[in-house]
Amino acid sequence: MSSDVAHRRAGKPHTSMFLRMLMRAAVLRRGRAASALLAMVVAAAVATAMLNLYVDVQAKLRKEFRNYGANVVMVAKGDQVLPADTVDKVNVLLAGRGLAVPFAYVVARTSNGQSVVVSGTNFEQVRKLDSWWSVTSWPAKPQEALVGARAATVVSPSGAPFDLSFQGRTIHLNPVGVLRTGASEDSRIYLSSQDFEGWTGVKPSTIEIAASGSSEDVNALIRQLSQAVPAAEVHPIRQIMEGEARVLGKTRSTLAAAAALIIATAALCVLSTLIGWVFDRRRDFAIMKALGASEGLISGFFAAEAAALGAVGAIVGFGIGVGVAAWIGRVNFHAPVVPRFNVLPVVFVGSVAVALVSAVLPIFLLRRVQPAMILRGE
Amino acid sequence: MFGRLVYESFRRQKRRKILAGVAITLGVGVATAMIAVATDIGDKISRELRNYGANLVVTPQEDTLDVQIGGVDLKPPSDGAYLNEADLPKIRGTFWHHNIVGFAPVLPVSVRVGDNADAKDLTLLGTYFSKSLTFGKESFATGVRITHPWWKVQGAWPDDNSSDVLLGESLAAKLGRKAGDEIELDGRQHRIVGILSTGGAEDNEVVAPLALAQQVLGKPGAVRRLYVSALTKPEDALARRDPKSMNPEMFDRWYCSPYVASIAYQLQEAIPHSHAEQIRQIAQNEGTVLSRIKGLMVLVTLAALFASALAVSAAMATAIFERRNEVGLMKALGASGISVAALFFAEALLLALIGGIVGFAGGALLARQIGRSIFDSQITIEPVLFPVILAIAVIVTFAGSAMAIRRAVKFDPVYALRGEG
Repeated sequence: MSSDVAHRRAGKPHTSMFLRMLMRAAVLRRGRAASALLAMVVAAAVATAMLNLYVDVQAKLRKEFRNYGANVVMVAKGDQVLPADTVDKVNVLLAGRGLAVPFAYVVARTSNGQSVVVSGTNFEQVRKLDSWWSVTSWPAKPQEALVGARAATVVSPSGAPFDLSFQGRTIHLNPVGVLRTGASEDSRIYLSSQDFEGWTGVKPSTIEIAASGSSEDVNALIRQLSQAVPAAEVHPIRQIMEGEARVLGKTRSTLAAAAALIIATAALCVLSTLIGWVFDRRRDFAIMKALGASEGLISGFFAAEAAALGAVGAIVGFGIGVGVAAWIGRVNFHAPVVPRFNVLPVVFVGSVAVALVSAVLPIFLLRRVQPAMILRGE
Repeated sequence: MFGRLVYESFRRQKRRKILAGVAITLGVGVATAMIAVATDIGDKISRELRNYGANLVVTPQEDTLDVQIGGVDLKPPSDGAYLNEADLPKIRGTFWHHNIVGFAPVLPVSVRVGDNADAKDLTLLGTYFSKSLTFGKESFATGVRITHPWWKVQGAWPDDNSSDVLLGESLAAKLGRKAGDEIELDGRQHRIVGILSTGGAEDNEVVAPLALAQQVLGKPGAVRRLYVSALTKPEDALARRDPKSMNPEMFDRWYCSPYVASIAYQLQEAIPHSHAEQIRQIAQNEGTVLSRIKGLMVLVTLAALFASALAVSAAMATAIFERRNEVGLMKALGASGISVAALFFAEALLLALIGGIVGFAGGALLARQIGRSIFDSQITIEPVLFPVILAIAVIVTFAGSAMAIRRAVKFDPVYALRGEG
């Protein structure tokens, strides 16, 4: 019978024994293998979450920075107005990656002869572009005006309707809302563009653009815009762009430092667990050596085991890490962090490499020890 | 006997103790550095956010309406009321003066440029560049170089006590002047020391020391507007309330919080006949950006604490697991489970304290390094953090050891002594 078994086994390829040892090692010492795998999974998850966050945080913060409003402004050259199709051209170039709001301005006179700046615009878009405007109520109907807080004290201190005249033409307006920004808007009166054009006949002279994307994207957009609309000057609002670049850069550097520290700690955790695991099995090592296994085979065995552990840990950990990153995104930015699959190879290679190092290091140390000494329990 | 056991354990098993100690030290170091960075990041980022420029503006109470389109003033510059320059240093006497990063007064006036043949009217903006002022015994410098950090000058910044001027970029191109040339303003020669680029209306203006603009206007001490850059606390429910509707106790709390509104209130108190207002574009968005970045760092710090707790636990578990034979021997000699556990916990405590102290020092250095390389400023470490970190180190080390100690104590001494671990 036994010769039968030996015969049968001899016919099989040599690798099956290798695989069996791998499998049995994992099954028989479930507790320790599980704790090693757990360390691996947690480390890979933490690394994935941090890398994902690091890659995505720029996009998330850029969105927050767009609350500062326009970062590009387009002004008609000289005292002209912009060609009628400019807004459409700008919107085509923006292709949904931003918002463009036209403004038209005139200086009108109040009934007692004071000069006041009146602007015509699209309220719906302004509301999105300039989210910091503090407005008591937005105009919705024709002949309704949004009056700056300082302008209100001049034209209509009690909120009563008032008249404005421009080049002999008068408009009767109803102040429905008061606008407060702390800047020049406080001294202006805003009308819907229909009312404004019907009254003055003046077309927009300024387009404020909030373009999303990196500073290179914005600069490219500025070049395209100046080519498309030669009648206008297009320039970046440096105050907004430079502030954003600085804060973004610092945040990213801090996050990078944090990610490096956390990933190093996680790798350390894997290293100490796996070294302990392999050291713990020095008897297996000694028995294999005593039975005549070559050093290459033994190292290969432990390395294969570690690599398998690293691979499984990396894939499971990646899944968990993506979940953690998405959760952080939802809690902090109210939008989930998008899983970045280009992080996977990095995490995978890193995990396997750490696992290999932590398996091979103890083997290297044990190689000099006689198997008999280990088996005698010294 | 107990003390000797612990002592000998450390003396004879240096390698294992060092491994576990290193893990604790690194874990505590990372945790300290991350907590220090996370507690300080709000302050650091809010200083970075000051790069957006002033968040408060002070105007005369009796001011007339601005007639301004695209930053170009259409109002006759002689119109309107003024603030008094002599009142400005009083800002340093307000309750939150430490939070005021800087301020810059502006006074736009109109001047005639060039000789009579092709003379034209231009706006000359008088301001402080980096003016030295004194309030009481304290002297400080302030001006647009602090409040408007995006202003770039090719050449040199003018001295605040000189009559040198800066020329806006577009204006310089139009007039064909460059830094070092002379320009005639209202019949007087002035030296152009630099070309200014701001991306705003100033690109078409002449920017000069405040005294020069006052001289042109003929009103010494006049200031049209004052821009103030202050570090503020994001608005909360209290900040949004009207101070007039508060009871005295609530008002005190509001007054003593660096909200943008309470700083505006104090500026109004400091400068007579003035009206201070927050620049909402800057002031309102600051809060959201700041809270997002702070929230992110808190979550990342939690991840760091989790990772270091795990690393410490893993190292402790491995260290104890390796010593099953020793446990078997002790138990065979009659030691109770409790005394074995006590020995291990005592060793863990010692390791945690040593690792905690070294790790705290290392983490503090790391935090300083991060602060210096990223923010060019120190990250201050609260001394109160030390006992907290030490307590966390001990708790985590105990928690990490507990499972392994339980298993070691339960282990049958017979197996251990036969070497069947």
